[in-house]
Amino acid sequence: MTALLEVEDLHVEFRTRDGVARVLNGVGYHVDAGETLAVLGESGSGKSVTAQAVMGILDSPPAFVTKGAVRFHGEDLLTASEERRREVRAEGIAMIFQDALSALNPVFTVGFQIEEQLRLRRGMSRADARARAIELLDLVRIPHAKQRVREYPHQFSGGMRQRAMIAMSLALDPEVLIADEPTTALDVTVQAQIMDLLAEIQRERHMGLILITHDLGVVAEVADRIVVMYAGRIVEHADALSLFRSPGHPYTAALMRSLPRIDSKGTALETIKGLPPSLLRIPAGCPFHPRCPRAEDVCADLVPDQVRLGLGRTSACHFAEEVVRG
Amino acid sequence: MADLLEVRDLVKHFPVKRGVLFKQTIGWVRAVDGVSFTLGAGETLGVVGESGCGKSTLAQVLMLLEPPTSGEAFFEGRPMFSLRGAELKRLRRDMQIVLQDPYTSLNPRMTVGDIVGEPFEIHPEVAPKGSWAGRVRELLDVVGLNPEHINRYPHQFSGGQRQRIGIARALALRPKVIVCDEPVSALDVSIQAQVMNLLGELQSEFGLAYVFIAHDLSVVRHLSDRVAVMYLGKIVEIGTEEEIYNHPTHPYTQALLSAVPVADPALRGRRDVIRLTGDVPSPIDPPSGCRFRTRCWKAQDVCATEEPALVERGGHPSACHFAEERSVVP
Repeated sequence: MTALLEVEDLHVEFRTRDGVARVLNGVGYHVDAGETLAVLGESGSGKSVTAQAVMGILDSPPAFVTKGAVRFHGEDLLTASEERRREVRAEGIAMIFQDALSALNPVFTVGFQIEEQLRLRRGMSRADARARAIELLDLVRIPHAKQRVREYPHQFSGGMRQRAMIAMSLALDPEVLIADEPTTALDVTVQAQIMDLLAEIQRERHMGLILITHDLGVVAEVADRIVVMYAGRIVEHADALSLFRSPGHPYTAALMRSLPRIDSKGTALETIKGLPPSLLRIPAGCPFHPRCPRAEDVCADLVPDQVRLGLGRTSACHFAEEVVRG
Repeated sequence: MADLLEVRDLVKHFPVKRGVLFKQTIGWVRAVDGVSFTLGAGETLGVVGESGCGKSTLAQVLMLLEPPTSGEAFFEGRPMFSLRGAELKRLRRDMQIVLQDPYTSLNPRMTVGDIVGEPFEIHPEVAPKGSWAGRVRELLDVVGLNPEHINRYPHQFSGGQRQRIGIARALALRPKVIVCDEPVSALDVSIQAQVMNLLGELQSEFGLAYVFIAHDLSVVRHLSDRVAVMYLGKIVEIGTEEEIYNHPTHPYTQALLSAVPVADPALRGRRDVIRLTGDVPSPIDPPSGCRFRTRCWKAQDVCATEEPALVERGGHPSACHFAEERSVVP
């Protein structure tokens, strides 16, 4: 069975003045209908670049896709015509961003920005599109949608803007929604509202949801499956329960131990020594080996393959089986 | 524990103006609206709250970067806001600040040595002139940076390293209190842990007291002895870390804690979840009575007419007419 959306061995490099930054080095994941895939990683891990490559919105130059495929219902989007890509972007895959204020156009009303796609793509009249826009704003629980539809983005609060952007992304009933750090800029009580809303919409519409985030807590609450990225590679892939119970990659394990907890005070946190590598000079072998507590000689020489750990889990570590056993 | 810092009924209102030539004040943003607390030597007071609750304004006023509208604060018993001359200078030595954004809070044209050593120019009594470079090297070493990098510029460092530079600068004058305003919220998880551990180590080494301001409740719990929860310019609940996290009595604290996602998928759907509706009201025109009542599920008529005082209710101070313990953290 073909996956709804599949990224396969994706390589992206940024050709900059300082040299070639290898931003993605063979990233692969898939998402099916009705499923939430979380892409977890820190700054520079490549989690957003992957999403931008899927959407075809990478700035090129400097970015170049050098290898790989992005398949939507089996069709490779990277080799598709620009027209076809536009169509998929409109009808198939939608994306929402972290900073809703800069993602929305400040000189048009929120309503206009939702209606535009309905009129262009669905050929709706102004009145019909307006009615649909109000329905969508209602759906994402914006109070007084009838009045709000005429307002501009700056008149909305942070949480409401994110709701408006979700409404906009749902206008053409996408099959996949990519949410790139949708709640990072929001306060925790508003974050909880937005995550609940996203989860509910995803369930009702049986959408595939790709949630890009750095927040282990958010991931634990909503993800079905998780991929963990580091230095442009996927280092671990697992279902949520297994990943949190027994991480299969030293990076995932270290990340979890370095997290302060809300349910206990604890003493000193475990840290990951050093810094993530510069993508201009990714270390040979396993990119995590200079920071890894259990690195051995082989780690500096050989890039680890994806080791299968059962239950569909994989880990890109030479010692994956030992790590997962704890 | 003798109080190092005592804040009494502190108020800071900012005018909202309209007009170009003839500016009229059309209202006031009540950023901080009657805040009282104490801080003991070597203690950490965490201050949590969402955007607009006034926690950063509180930091600015404590650092004398903004004059208060009213209220008093005492440092070692002396009224802070009326100090002048040598006494004021001494106070500025004793209280330092670490800011959130390590990218904009360091001057890009100054070397690390100049940034960390600049306080000595104003307070030469702390380090005689010939010893500056040596002292800066020591400070860099203390915060875990390579002392050899003294002549580098901020852009040559990562975010976490820059935050260490900011901490070294704050430490230079051997202060008694450091106000930390969201010191780790711009950092990645793996780097955040390093900086938090550093703050903990420095506290035990130098006997520092921290006012630790953050929106991340897990980070605050980890570092704080006592915690104050702020909402729309007021402290709604204050107590020990244990009291606030395990026995919260104010509905806002309970909602805030329950909204924090817990990194354990096994607890999904099994937690006591409180979902607030709507956004925080504007601090220009806060609700009458209890400011939280517009989002509160317990609100009654009395909440609109009578402002609940921050007094002992159920073991520690809580500003709710219907304060009642409810455990929300798993």
